[in-house]
Amino acid sequence: MRKIAIYGKGGIGKSTTTQNTVAGLVEAGKNVMVVGCDPKADSTRLLLGGLAQKTVLDTLREEGEDIDLDDIVKEGYGGVRCVESGGPEPGVGCAGRGIITSINLLEQLGGWDDKYSIDYTFYDVLGDVVCGGFAMPIREGKAQEIYIVVSGEMMAMYAANNICKGIKKFAEAGGVRLGGLICNSRKVDNESAMIEELAKRLGTQMIHFVPRDNMVQRAEINRQTVIEFDPEHGQADEYRQLANAIDKNEMFVIPQPLEMEELEKLLIDFGIAN
Amino acid sequence: MLLRHTTNKVKEREALTVNPAKTCQPIGAMYAALGIHGCLPHSHGSQGCCSYHRSTLTRHYKEPVMAATSSFTEGASVFGGQANLLNAINTIFSVYEPEIIAVHSTCLSETIGDDLGQIIAKAREDGKIPEGKHVIHASTPSYVGSHVTGYANMLEGIVKHFAMSTDEIKRQVNLLAGWVEPADMRELKRMMSVMGIKNVLLPDTSEVLDAPMTGKHEFYPKGGTTVPEIVSMGDSMFTLGLGEWATKSAAIKLENQCKVKFALTDLPIGISATDRFVMALAKAAGVSIPEAISSERGKLMDMITDMHQYFYGKRVALWGDPDQLLPLIEFLADIDMKPVYVVSGTPGKAFSKKAHEILAEKVPEAKIKNGATADMFLMHQWIKEEPVDLLIGNTYGKYIARDENIPFVRMGFPILDRVGHSYFPTLGYMGGIRILEKILGVLMDKMDADSPEESFELVM
Repeated sequence: MRKIAIYGKGGIGKSTTTQNTVAGLVEAGKNVMVVGCDPKADSTRLLLGGLAQKTVLDTLREEGEDIDLDDIVKEGYGGVRCVESGGPEPGVGCAGRGIITSINLLEQLGGWDDKYSIDYTFYDVLGDVVCGGFAMPIREGKAQEIYIVVSGEMMAMYAANNICKGIKKFAEAGGVRLGGLICNSRKVDNESAMIEELAKRLGTQMIHFVPRDNMVQRAEINRQTVIEFDPEHGQADEYRQLANAIDKNEMFVIPQPLEMEELEKLLIDFGIAN
Repeated sequence: MLLRHTTNKVKEREALTVNPAKTCQPIGAMYAALGIHGCLPHSHGSQGCCSYHRSTLTRHYKEPVMAATSSFTEGASVFGGQANLLNAINTIFSVYEPEIIAVHSTCLSETIGDDLGQIIAKAREDGKIPEGKHVIHASTPSYVGSHVTGYANMLEGIVKHFAMSTDEIKRQVNLLAGWVEPADMRELKRMMSVMGIKNVLLPDTSEVLDAPMTGKHEFYPKGGTTVPEIVSMGDSMFTLGLGEWATKSAAIKLENQCKVKFALTDLPIGISATDRFVMALAKAAGVSIPEAISSERGKLMDMITDMHQYFYGKRVALWGDPDQLLPLIEFLADIDMKPVYVVSGTPGKAFSKKAHEILAEKVPEAKIKNGATADMFLMHQWIKEEPVDLLIGNTYGKYIARDENIPFVRMGFPILDRVGHSYFPTLGYMGGIRILEKILGVLMDKMDADSPEESFELVM
């Protein structure tokens, strides 16, 4: 089984990209589990056809310690096993701790037992690596590979670089590696070339360039992945290609984060010069 | 009347816990770690945690308890405790020279998400752990489970780090001790030696927390399971875990890691549980039960029959930890006492279920509760509703005992106001005699104090 964590700046399209990619893997016959690590609990919306999932932490709070796996795992599109960690409302409690609690619980309950013959687990992780809890999915024995969703916007690249600092720390002690950058296009100048260069400087690759297309928005409004909503559309193929690239990927590295100045220079060279 | 505000009317509570019947996870982790030879426990958190845990252990065992701390400050809470722990490991190995550092987390380090495994791996990589020395760890947030959970987690951490299987099978049995006194650890070893069973007892706090006064302070007393012994557990024939709450996870870890089969049995408290323990040991080691053990059993039976009239039908309230309470209430029911109230702050639905099963026939009216709202306040309310003749539990019951004028036998953890528990075992058949002696002592003292002159007895 491969365990994959998806990181990236808030609002960059991690959940959308993850779910569409998962749909591509499912189509190719893989057994997939998605663990949403975001208190908003919207990481499985497109796979489940709406916010239909009771979160692990809500279940824990309401039902106490004796929980069955079936209480927190729900099957979605193509048999994907969906879990939402959930967490507190903004401004209270500790969301990071929530993620630690729910991943521990999933392990205790045997969420990854052989009988489910899971090929892929995706952890969709909120925003930046902001505290220990958000690094939980990449601790020892958990996700071994990471993809960072990024665009050609400065702040997204800055976040990606920052996440690489977190990965580096965990990679040196454990087994986690960076598998690549996924560019979720915002249609900024020279975007593809710039992200490819960023990837190169970080020591990794741009595993796929997902073009911007309104079809994604339309599928989202219909609470579906693009592959489910309009399988013939060109955008569906983009996600299939991304899924395939991840499936075939053999390039796993410890990233070398950039200094701030280097990062800004990159932006100037690519973003303005041409 | 220190508890004069306790009312006799029990109301369902959703949230509040008053005088909990449990304490912090790290205390258990520290106690388990002290049962390894040459081990210094290390608390990864703020200083207050470490002080409280050390002092609770010191007050119970009346021995100096050494432990180090990561001394979190505001900075460590924000930036993570990695720098503190790396520094601590360096300092501890160069100044205090333990064989092993046993790191456990605290509420704060758990909540900020410090990954002990990752930090220790970094310490190793940076060369901060000298050749041949070890750093083990366990995750022990106090807002999960209780002190018993912490003990179980550290026991699992010890096994995970050390146990190794080579292809050679050793003719020895692993005994995973639940949380019992140093005296009980010694008693377990004595019984196994009488039965001729080669064994590794883990942990073993005898000669650590009951060490003799020699005039010279030993930072690492001579007791404790040694590293080679723990390593060899991976080659043992069988593992016996004493108490599900304290030893199950370690037993499973050992089986998964080294393919050593295991069985769980209750702590040998009283007749039935000790019978099961002795049988399980005999089966695991392939030995028969020697006359000396049967003779001890006979002595306990003798005392029960001699004194039956004094404890028959007496109503008892108990509090403490699941692994102790289950065999203890079974023992009381066996000898026709009535354990009517039982509380434990340690969660786990299996406890109430098992306790009800044990008492189903003889004490069907028993009230049993465990988890967060099963506290000393509830226990006191039950007693006010309908009184009992005897209290058995840790020191925290002394307020109830005094207010309600009920005879009180101290058993469990912590005992902060009496001595003897670390020297005289309560496990095994001989331990059963000690339990009975204590029960009879307080019941008879009360009879002597309360009986009118014409029925004041010389011979009892």
